[in-house]
Amino acid sequence: MLYREAGQFRSSYAEDQRIFPILQDRIAFGVLLVAAFAIVPLVANQYWLAAILTPFLVFSLAALGLNILTGYAGQLSLGTAAFMAVGAFMAYNFELRVSGMPILVSFALAGLCAAAVGVVFGLPSLRIKGFYLAVATLACQFFVLWALQRFGWFSNYSASGVITAGKIEIAGYLFESPAEKYLLTLAIVSAMALAAKNLVRSETGRAFMAVRDMDVAASVIGIPLMRTKLLAFAVSSFYCGVAGALYAYCYLGTVEPEAFNLDLSFRVLFMIIIGGVGSILGSFLGAAFVVLLPIFLNVLFGALSHFVGIEIPHAWLSNIELILFGALIVFFLIVEPHGLARLWQIGKEKLRLWPFPY
Amino acid sequence: MSAGFFLEVVLGGLLAGVMYALVAIGFVLIYKASGVFNFAQGAMVFFAALTFVSLEKAGMNFWLALLVTLAVMVVLGMATERFVLRPLVNQPPITLFMATIGLTFVLEGLSQLVWGSQPHGLELGIEDVPMKWLAEKSGIHVSQFELFAAVVAGVLVAVLALFFQYTRIGRALRAVADDHQAALAVGIPLKHIWAIVWAVAGFVALVAGLMWGARNGVQYALTFIALKALPVLLIGGFESVLGAIVGGLIIGASEKVAEVFLPQLLGPPLAAWLGVPVNLQGIESWFAYVVALLFLLVRPEGLFGEKIIDRV
Repeated sequence: MLYREAGQFRSSYAEDQRIFPILQDRIAFGVLLVAAFAIVPLVANQYWLAAILTPFLVFSLAALGLNILTGYAGQLSLGTAAFMAVGAFMAYNFELRVSGMPILVSFALAGLCAAAVGVVFGLPSLRIKGFYLAVATLACQFFVLWALQRFGWFSNYSASGVITAGKIEIAGYLFESPAEKYLLTLAIVSAMALAAKNLVRSETGRAFMAVRDMDVAASVIGIPLMRTKLLAFAVSSFYCGVAGALYAYCYLGTVEPEAFNLDLSFRVLFMIIIGGVGSILGSFLGAAFVVLLPIFLNVLFGALSHFVGIEIPHAWLSNIELILFGALIVFFLIVEPHGLARLWQIGKEKLRLWPFPY
Repeated sequence: MSAGFFLEVVLGGLLAGVMYALVAIGFVLIYKASGVFNFAQGAMVFFAALTFVSLEKAGMNFWLALLVTLAVMVVLGMATERFVLRPLVNQPPITLFMATIGLTFVLEGLSQLVWGSQPHGLELGIEDVPMKWLAEKSGIHVSQFELFAAVVAGVLVAVLALFFQYTRIGRALRAVADDHQAALAVGIPLKHIWAIVWAVAGFVALVAGLMWGARNGVQYALTFIALKALPVLLIGGFESVLGAIVGGLIIGASEKVAEVFLPQLLGPPLAAWLGVPVNLQGIESWFAYVVALLFLLVRPEGLFGEKIIDRV
């Protein structure tokens, strides 16, 4: 009843090309934005802001980056964490070595550095595809971590390779509390998500999808393969790089190269698979799922031992969590291989007719 | 640097490469027969080794423990086919790949939940010491254990080759590997074949687990050797057992040579150029991948992989 598009006419091209052509969607999204920017920082407590919402946003951005590469351009990559590491460590170095560098500029430069690394390790994609490429991107993962650990310059010669992010100051204003950091992350992620949404609707995005669907056919219709593939790697690594910088600055504060190991790459890959490959919304849904699942399981087991009275040893708990996580991934892939974004779409279709059967 | 030392390093590398190949063969079997890139192979190696060690610790003798573990791996293979692969028939390869990562988590959690997570030692009765008569005769030190592993790998490949070539099931496996639909059309039961392939991969994982477990101890780090086996696959091609062996040899030798000689060779000039001390230790963590990438630039499908034909 509420979600009906009858009577909404589009009379200009601008109206037709809106991101949300349906009025109800626009209202809902506006409400969501207002809630995220204005209400959440007031209502949520420190734990929620610092340990759940901020990492959710950071991972969403990383998932967005990987989704552009894997979901839209069809190049499977297992090097996401490496690009994030480049972003985090370069942002740190720009702040450290260039005095008076504005933090947003160093985030952007860190993203560009990650993009450069992405282009270099994207070069094999011109020759190899599919799983061969996925394994090749592992080279990036291992090489970058090794370089960060071996060359002291990256971590300013700290003994253990750990970097501590400096203060975040924009135009004289200091971002210190979890709420402020959350707002900064949210602002950056929103802006970049908007850019990504528009990118994939543009000619470039369509070129990505043509390459994904069949690269030989794409080159036959005149899409320059090399430029498109490398651009996809560059854009994707830029997103991951900025996500890495935010990971270091807004979420953890202190990071070591080991934090960006292969596990993190897989986690981001899970996010886009569970959320939906080739969907902007899916990146966010997937990140929410992967961030919230361990917390949910913890709460569940806590409640279980509280009410049933079964005390589960801690060593078991982490293993049970591992099993459940793996099983849930398999379960999700079987039930809805197109991810949460597809479920959302199906739900919306149903809602258009509700409460009538047809 | 004497020629003898160089030879020793290369030989050691070649034998270590055989150990990588043992893991890579498991990948190849499954990829060949079902087109699934089975990331869980490393977890299967860990699972098999841990199960075997724990059974042996519980008082079983060697052969009984081996049999029981084999049975467990076969059941595991069949369960994988039933609960993971069958519901995912006709999904794109990336989905199946992700499912095997999920399976990795399940296996890692399960094995540690059941058997505990403390590391175990594993004794196969062959010590990891240089061969005596070879060392006395030529002065080259080659580990007795690695030679044994190489022999085991050779026997394994021979057995697999015979199995594939001369048994009814082997022929069915090759047919399925060639073309799923055509195989189905001539009446080969795909379900059974997949279960068998996963069971065979479980058996290979058991052999690899025993070898690696005896060498490095049975511990969680065993799951990471799958990552060492991936460059081997890149070089050899995903579809070729022979490629896995050759790739393993190439990777093993070049990695060992790089590990021993590159830091000394490249370190000082690089340090002079950069003006800071350079430490190139740990180069082996990525060197194999770079070697594999160089091979791929020349042959994108690996040395023995199926030729990639693009059709629009």
